[in-house]
Amino acid sequence: MIKSHWAALCSLLLLSAAPFAQAADPAGMVKVARGQDSIERDGKKLPAEVGSQVDVADRVRTGADGSVGVTLRDNTLLSAGPNSLIVFDKFAFDNTTQDGNMSIRIRKGTLSVASGKIAKRTPESVDFHTPTSVLGVRGTEFAVEVVGGNDE
Amino acid sequence: MVTMNKPKLSLTLAMFAFLGACASEHVVLLPSADGRPSAVVVRDPGGEILLDKPYAAAKRSRDTNKVYLSSPAEVKERFGQALAAQPSRPSSYVLYFEAGGNVLTQESQAAMVNIRKEIAERPASEVMVIGHTDRVGSVEANDRLSKTRAEGLRNLLIESGVRADKLEAVGRGERDPLVPTEDEVDEPKNRRVEISVR
Repeated sequence: MIKSHWAALCSLLLLSAAPFAQAADPAGMVKVARGQDSIERDGKKLPAEVGSQVDVADRVRTGADGSVGVTLRDNTLLSAGPNSLIVFDKFAFDNTTQDGNMSIRIRKGTLSVASGKIAKRTPESVDFHTPTSVLGVRGTEFAVEVVGGNDE
Repeated sequence: MVTMNKPKLSLTLAMFAFLGACASEHVVLLPSADGRPSAVVVRDPGGEILLDKPYAAAKRSRDTNKVYLSSPAEVKERFGQALAAQPSRPSSYVLYFEAGGNVLTQESQAAMVNIRKEIAERPASEVMVIGHTDRVGSVEANDRLSKTRAEGLRNLLIESGVRADKLEAVGRGERDPLVPTEDEVDEPKNRRVEISVR
């Protein structure tokens, strides 16, 4: 019982903390955008254009003709092909110490990754989530495809 | 404890089974740009798969994992549009200072021309200016000096027309020498500022 109360409390805290986290935490910037792409933030849908900032908790979605490339603050390069949904769950990077962590989810579509400074220094603090697995990186470039993933 | 955990565990397993039934996934390790060995670990409740050769790949569907060797042709077909949208790789320049102060060497002043050009040409460019010192002086003094050097270069870039909001300046002091030395060694290669354009 106590455990489940804690779980409920924790998820409440997480929910209430989310809006603050995303207001203050830029993760990266859109450098390439083709076709219809959008950034979903706070329930609003914004166009994803070259120069758009991507924040922690944002969801980046590409249309049937879309693709998008984002450079994160630690120099990680992410790019998504058409009909993709990428969620920026966590990102933190300290320029002075070069410590940080990231957790990114691909819900559907295709994503290519060229990892950056965080993965070089602390690979264990970087992970990518697909609907059924967790990918850990070891100084890496890789690509993931999820077919028939959830749209939300 | 046991009775609480069991339903949770089976629910988790059921969710994975459900997702596994309707989704299929491919993961492919690509050759690294610098040619160094790299790897991806794919973990699920059943265990983990290590992909550690270029084009090593895993196909996951309906609770089954198949490891196979992909190819440039398959990568192009499956990931061509994602890879075509990959941003340009960040580039890095190193500028050097005359001893003890904040004045760039002659060569480094010339290199600034290329840096400004690259900042202007890259789409939505952002610039990180990172200052470093040699090991002459205290750690604290070198933290200040490295920050001063980085901010000096940041100001120089702003004066030459780069927008201030594109530029960040940080000082790493004597922590990250290009050439490792004993303390108090005057090493010109360590008196530098790194400019990373992304």
